[in-house]
Amino acid sequence: MAALLSIQKLRTIFYTEKGRVKAADDINLDIAEGKTVGLIGETGCGKSVLGLSILRLLPRNAGIEGKICYKGQDILRLSGEQIRRLRGKEIALIPQSPSTSLNPVLKTGVQITEALQLHQKLAREEAWKAAVEMLQSFNLPDPERRVKEYPHQLSGGMKQRILAAIGMAGKPSLIIADEPTKGLDAIIRIQVVEVLHHLTKKTGATMLLITHDLKVAAGLCDEIAVMYAGEIVEHGPAEEVLGHPRHPYTMGLLASSPNNGLKPIRGCSPSLINLPAGCKFHPRCGKAREICAKKHPPLVTKNGSQVRCIFH
Amino acid sequence: MLKCIARRLVLMIVVVLGVTMMTFSIMHLAPGDPAEMIAIAKYGMEDLTQEDIERIRKAEGLDAPVYVQYAKWLSHTARGDFGRSLITGEPVLEEIWYRFPATLKLALAAMMVSLFIAVPVGIISALRQYSLIDYLSMTGALIGVCMPNFWLGLLLILLFSVYLGLFPVCGYGGLRHIVLPALTLGTGMAAIVTRLTRSSMLEVLKQDYITTARAKGLSEKKIITDHALKNAFIPVITVIGLQFGHLLEGTVIVETIFAWPGVGKLLVDSIFARDFALIQGCVLIFAVIFVIVNLLVDISYVYLDPKIRYEKEH
Repeated sequence: MAALLSIQKLRTIFYTEKGRVKAADDINLDIAEGKTVGLIGETGCGKSVLGLSILRLLPRNAGIEGKICYKGQDILRLSGEQIRRLRGKEIALIPQSPSTSLNPVLKTGVQITEALQLHQKLAREEAWKAAVEMLQSFNLPDPERRVKEYPHQLSGGMKQRILAAIGMAGKPSLIIADEPTKGLDAIIRIQVVEVLHHLTKKTGATMLLITHDLKVAAGLCDEIAVMYAGEIVEHGPAEEVLGHPRHPYTMGLLASSPNNGLKPIRGCSPSLINLPAGCKFHPRCGKAREICAKKHPPLVTKNGSQVRCIFH
Repeated sequence: MLKCIARRLVLMIVVVLGVTMMTFSIMHLAPGDPAEMIAIAKYGMEDLTQEDIERIRKAEGLDAPVYVQYAKWLSHTARGDFGRSLITGEPVLEEIWYRFPATLKLALAAMMVSLFIAVPVGIISALRQYSLIDYLSMTGALIGVCMPNFWLGLLLILLFSVYLGLFPVCGYGGLRHIVLPALTLGTGMAAIVTRLTRSSMLEVLKQDYITTARAKGLSEKKIITDHALKNAFIPVITVIGLQFGHLLEGTVIVETIFAWPGVGKLLVDSIFARDFALIQGCVLIFAVIFVIVNLLVDISYVYLDPKIRYEKEH
């Protein structure tokens, strides 16, 4: 099946005063229609940048190279007006940090209905009714009252559902959910996961789920891509990647999760300005040999999964 | 909300009391014998006798200690009696009332000049950061902030009145008379508001909720008008309120330069004449206006920033 979104040789670089920040390097990723693909990795590995690159929502100092094909057309070659028509209608974003992603001076209802009016061409009253219905389907208690309130009057989980409603307002074919559970406590996280589950499984929407929460990824994703220092280091079916990880970094990630003994990966993730030579993970890798510091391993496909390690 | 306004009104009285007390004491600390100054103003230098001076000192109560004089002034004022000018004998309130429209006109014109220029320029500068228009407006704003009123006023007179002959040098009258004083008075405020609008707008455009709005597919115009402006205006409104105080302060100088017959000029004249009653009256008016404007600014927050709803919702 042809991929709904196909990212080819994507490279995103930020030009800063301290130097060039390689936030995403040589990314190849296909997302098939109806699938949920998880993008996991530590904070600062470039996964959010990859998500925002798709919508071309990065700040002006970012340079993007490569190809991002959506339904056959290259998003990176679209004009400003063309990409604007795609946003919200075809590809939607459910942004991270609900506390800052809603406009503090506008009622939550206004923020949902403006998207509904724009994409579904609803009249004002219809849009308000639709907004309430959407929030109801996301199990938001008392939605009639909540749409008339301002963001500061809502809890984090409620705001996340408002953001999900904004994202879904255009009935998009592709949803980019950027760390939807970041900074939420356990109960709210479960609520949000339920909403996302509802979105993908019931509406058949395609989703790119960016998260560092392995549990969330395991529950929702068909495929998982693991990112490290701007590169994809492992990519395959979710059960495969989480059940039989092959890259030492994925193994480390899994071992560091609370259910698996909370063993941290030694060292820190590298600065994206001065990346180590060879395999980018070698300074932190327990299995690293001399060759790892010299040779940059390619992404090798084996039994339907890909891994970027010299030992595979 | 009402409770809050009531609380602020009580605070206002305290502020105004403090201001009048300060001016009263400063005026009495200033060199020169007020009785003598008043006598000179009334009878002229030539046939002035020591008796005349003493008579005035007694008649106006200037022989009493300062605090007694202040208490007397306060008790009269509290009853709505602002006294009479020591020089002309006219009621203070009438003198101020007569001059007030001119000052109000000037202050509003200056405010319009600065806001109608500053806010759009600030927004454009932010939207076109590091463009030619941004550099030009920021350089202009820097010069505007640095330039003192009295200097700018004289330069404007020199250029537009003396060389170009476009506007009258000074005086009060039609629209042509108000242009130069309003420009002089408004420039400083315009400069500050331009810079603030720009930086506030830049700050807002970096926020996550703007990314959310973009991701929705809204047009850039809608993002600016519906999402950015209202947020960006919150700090700008505060500064406009504070700047209005500087504007009133500026009228003292600008009205003097342009011989504009407003309260500012009246204040300067009455200071030179040691006309205590009139000085107190002018200062009182300025203080009250300043405090009211700031109260209005605080009330306007309620409409701008939903986080500030005071007790209304609880």
